[in-house]
Amino acid sequence: MRKADQQTPLVSYTTLTVVWLALLVLLAATIAVARGHVLVKYSVLVPLAIASAKAGLVLNYFMNLRYEGRLLKVMLLVAVAVLTAFIALTFMDVWYR
Amino acid sequence: MAVDYEGKKIGMWMFLFTELLFFGGMFLLYAVFRYRFALDFHGAAAHENIVLGSLNTFILLTSSFTIALAVSAMRQGRSALSSSLQAATIALGAAFLVIKYAEWSAKIGVGLYPNSPVLLQKNPGEILFFSLYYVMTGIHALHVIVGIGVIACMIIFTTRGKITSKKPIMLENTGLFWHFVDIIWIYLFPLFYLIT
Repeated sequence: MRKADQQTPLVSYTTLTVVWLALLVLLAATIAVARGHVLVKYSVLVPLAIASAKAGLVLNYFMNLRYEGRLLKVMLLVAVAVLTAFIALTFMDVWYR
Repeated sequence: MAVDYEGKKIGMWMFLFTELLFFGGMFLLYAVFRYRFALDFHGAAAHENIVLGSLNTFILLTSSFTIALAVSAMRQGRSALSSSLQAATIALGAAFLVIKYAEWSAKIGVGLYPNSPVLLQKNPGEILFFSLYYVMTGIHALHVIVGIGVIACMIIFTTRGKITSKKPIMLENTGLFWHFVDIIWIYLFPLFYLIT
C-alpha cells in the first residue's frame, strides 16, 4: 500500500491528449448514432453505453482512479452499488405494481 | 511536515459520493417518468437543440482536459503554465454557461418554462420532461458556477505559492470536482438531447 503522503504517478500530457481525443471520438459516435437513426432498437442502450465509456475514461485517466489504491476503488464501488440498488428497487415497484 | 495527502483526497471523494447520490435521485426520477411517459418524453425531447447540446458537451469535455493538464503541469513545477490552463478551464466553463443561457432563453421565449400557460396545456409527460430538464440542467449549471469560483481561488493560491508541485492537493481536488460535474453532463446530454 502507498504511504499517506505519497502521490499517484504523474499523468503525461500525451496520455491526457489521447484520452481527450478518444472522448471527442465517442462524442461524435453518439451524435452519429442519434442522427443517423441507426440501431433504433437500442436507442436508449447505445447512448448510455457510450456515455459510460466516456465516464470511464474521465474517471480512470482525468481523475486518476486507475492509479489509486484498492480502498478508494472499493469506496466508489459501494457508492455506485447503493445508487444501483435504489434504482433497481424502485423499478421493482414500477414494473410489478 | 507530512501532509495527509491520502486523507484529503479521500475526503474529496466522499463529498463526490454524496453528490453522486444527490444527482442519482434526479436521474431515478427521470428514469421512472421516462418509463411511464415514453411517448411524451420522445416528443418533448424534439424541442432540444442538439447542435447547442453537442457543442456544450465538446466544451465541457475540453475543459476537463485543460484542468487535468493544469494538474500535471503543476506537479511538474510549471505553475505559470498551470495558471494559464486553469484560466482556460474557467473560460470554457463560462462559454458553457453562455450557451446554456441561450438555450434556456430560447425555450422561455416560446413559453416553455415551469408552470407556463403553454406548458400546462401539454401532456403530463411533456410537463415532467421540461420540469426535469430545468431542475437537472439548472442544478448542474449551479455546479459549473461553483466550480468556476473554486478554480478562480486556485489561480490566486497558485500565484501566492500556496499550491506547488509538492503541495498540489487543493488543485487536484478541484480537478476531481470539475471532472465529476463533467461526468454528470456526459449523462445529461444523451438523456435530454439524444434519446428520442
